[in-house]
Amino acid sequence: MTSEPADLRLQTPSQRIVPYRRPPAGCHPEYLNSAYCATVSRAPKRPLIFLPHTLSEVTGPVYGHDDISENDNDLTHQHADDPLGERIIVAGRVTDENGRPVRNTLIEIWQANAAGRYFHRRDDHCAPLDPNFTGSGRTLTDDDGLYRFVTIKPGAYPWNNHDNAWRPAHVHFSLFGPAFVTRLVTQMYFPGDPLFPFDPIFNSIPDERARRRLIADFDLSTTQAEWALGFRFNIVLRGQEATPFEE
Amino acid sequence: MDPGLTPSQTVGPFFEVGLTGKQSIGRVAGPEAAGERIFLTCRVLDADGVPVEDAMLEIWQADASGNYPSAKNSQRQEHAFRGFGRLGTAEDGRCIFETIKPGRVSGPEKVLQAPHVNLNLFARGLLKHLPTRIYFAGDPANEEDPILGLVPEDRRATLMAQPDPGQSGAWYFEIHLGGDCETVFFDV
Repeated sequence: MTSEPADLRLQTPSQRIVPYRRPPAGCHPEYLNSAYCATVSRAPKRPLIFLPHTLSEVTGPVYGHDDISENDNDLTHQHADDPLGERIIVAGRVTDENGRPVRNTLIEIWQANAAGRYFHRRDDHCAPLDPNFTGSGRTLTDDDGLYRFVTIKPGAYPWNNHDNAWRPAHVHFSLFGPAFVTRLVTQMYFPGDPLFPFDPIFNSIPDERARRRLIADFDLSTTQAEWALGFRFNIVLRGQEATPFEE
Repeated sequence: MDPGLTPSQTVGPFFEVGLTGKQSIGRVAGPEAAGERIFLTCRVLDADGVPVEDAMLEIWQADASGNYPSAKNSQRQEHAFRGFGRLGTAEDGRCIFETIKPGRVSGPEKVLQAPHVNLNLFARGLLKHLPTRIYFAGDPANEEDPILGLVPEDRRATLMAQPDPGQSGAWYFEIHLGGDCETVFFDV
C-alpha cells in the first residue's frame, strides 16, 4: 500500500517526518510589490527564517467537512430566485506536485456578483447588489481530487490602487490540502481578459508560466448544452519531497 | 511529470464573504478538552503601527499532551479539542481564540519542541500568507526549542505571547508586519 500524506497524522514521535517540497523560484509573488500599494506597509522587510518541517508543519486540520450543505457548491441556488448574470460551471482537479489527487479536501470560493460588487459591507463600488447572490461556495474534492461549482461569472470592478485601476474578473479559491504547509489561497481568472496587463496582483507572480496557471481554460466538455459555459481550473498543491514508500 | 505548483494570490479585502463570518472558529478547544484553558488575544499592526482591521488568522496547535488532532477529531466538534481556529480581525486589529495551552510536540533530532501555536496570517496586501509561531513567554522549554534556536536571539521576543498579569489564562500576542519590532516570520 502506498503512503498517503494523511498517514502522517498518525505518526508517533519516533517516526521520521517527510518534508514538503519548497516552492520553485518565481512561482509565488514576493511579499513586497510596489505596484500593489497595500504591500508597502504590510510586507515584512526582514528575511523570513527557514523552518525545517516538523510535526507541526506536516499535520493539518480536517476542517469544514461536517457542515457542507446541498447548495454550497451551487451559488445560483442559495436564494429564492435565480441570480442575474452569466451562469457558469467551474470544475477541475486538485493534485499535489507529485501528481497525486488531493482527496476529500475543502475548497472554499468567494467572488463578486455579475455587476462586480461583493456582498460585503466595505465594498462601496456603485454597482447593484443582487439579492439572489451572496457569492460564497464550499465543496469537498472527491476520490479523484475532482470538484465542481456552479456560479455566475463575476464582473470586473474598480479599486483605488492607482488611476483607473480595475481588477480582472476572478474567483477567490481557498484550499487546505493534507498539511498546514499545503494551505493555499489564490484567485482564478478567465481566459482572454483584457485587464491582465494592467493588474499588479495578477502580475505579481514572477514566472509567466506560473501566472498562466491561474487562468482557467474554457472547456466544451464541462459546458452544459443550453444551460451554462464550463471552465476548467486545475489546482496543484505542494507535494512531499519523497514518500517513505519510494525510499 | 511536474504539474507545476499553483501560485498564491492575496485573500483581498472581502474574504469575510467566504472564509470568516459564519465559517469562523474562535473556540479551538471546547469545554470538554483537557488542559490549561487560555484566551489568546492576537493583534495585527502594519509597519506604521496602524491596526490591520482586515486580516485573517488561522491557527493550528497540538492538544495538552502534544498530539495533533487526527483526521477524525479535528472536525467541527463544538465540545472537544479541534486544534484549528480561524478568525478575522476587528477594527482594532484584534481577535481572540479560546483554546488550551498546547503540550510539547516532537521536533528534529528527537528534541521536544516548546509549546507553540502555528499561525498563518492572511490579509489584503499579503500576496501570500505569512507563517509564524506563537510561543509562551516564561516557559522553561523555550530555552531548548530547536526552532527558536534558529531565530537570532534579539528577535525571539517577537514570537512570545505575554501573559496578562491581571487576568488568569489571558495571553496577548502582537504581530508587527514591519517596523522596529517586526515579528519573525518563517519560510516554511
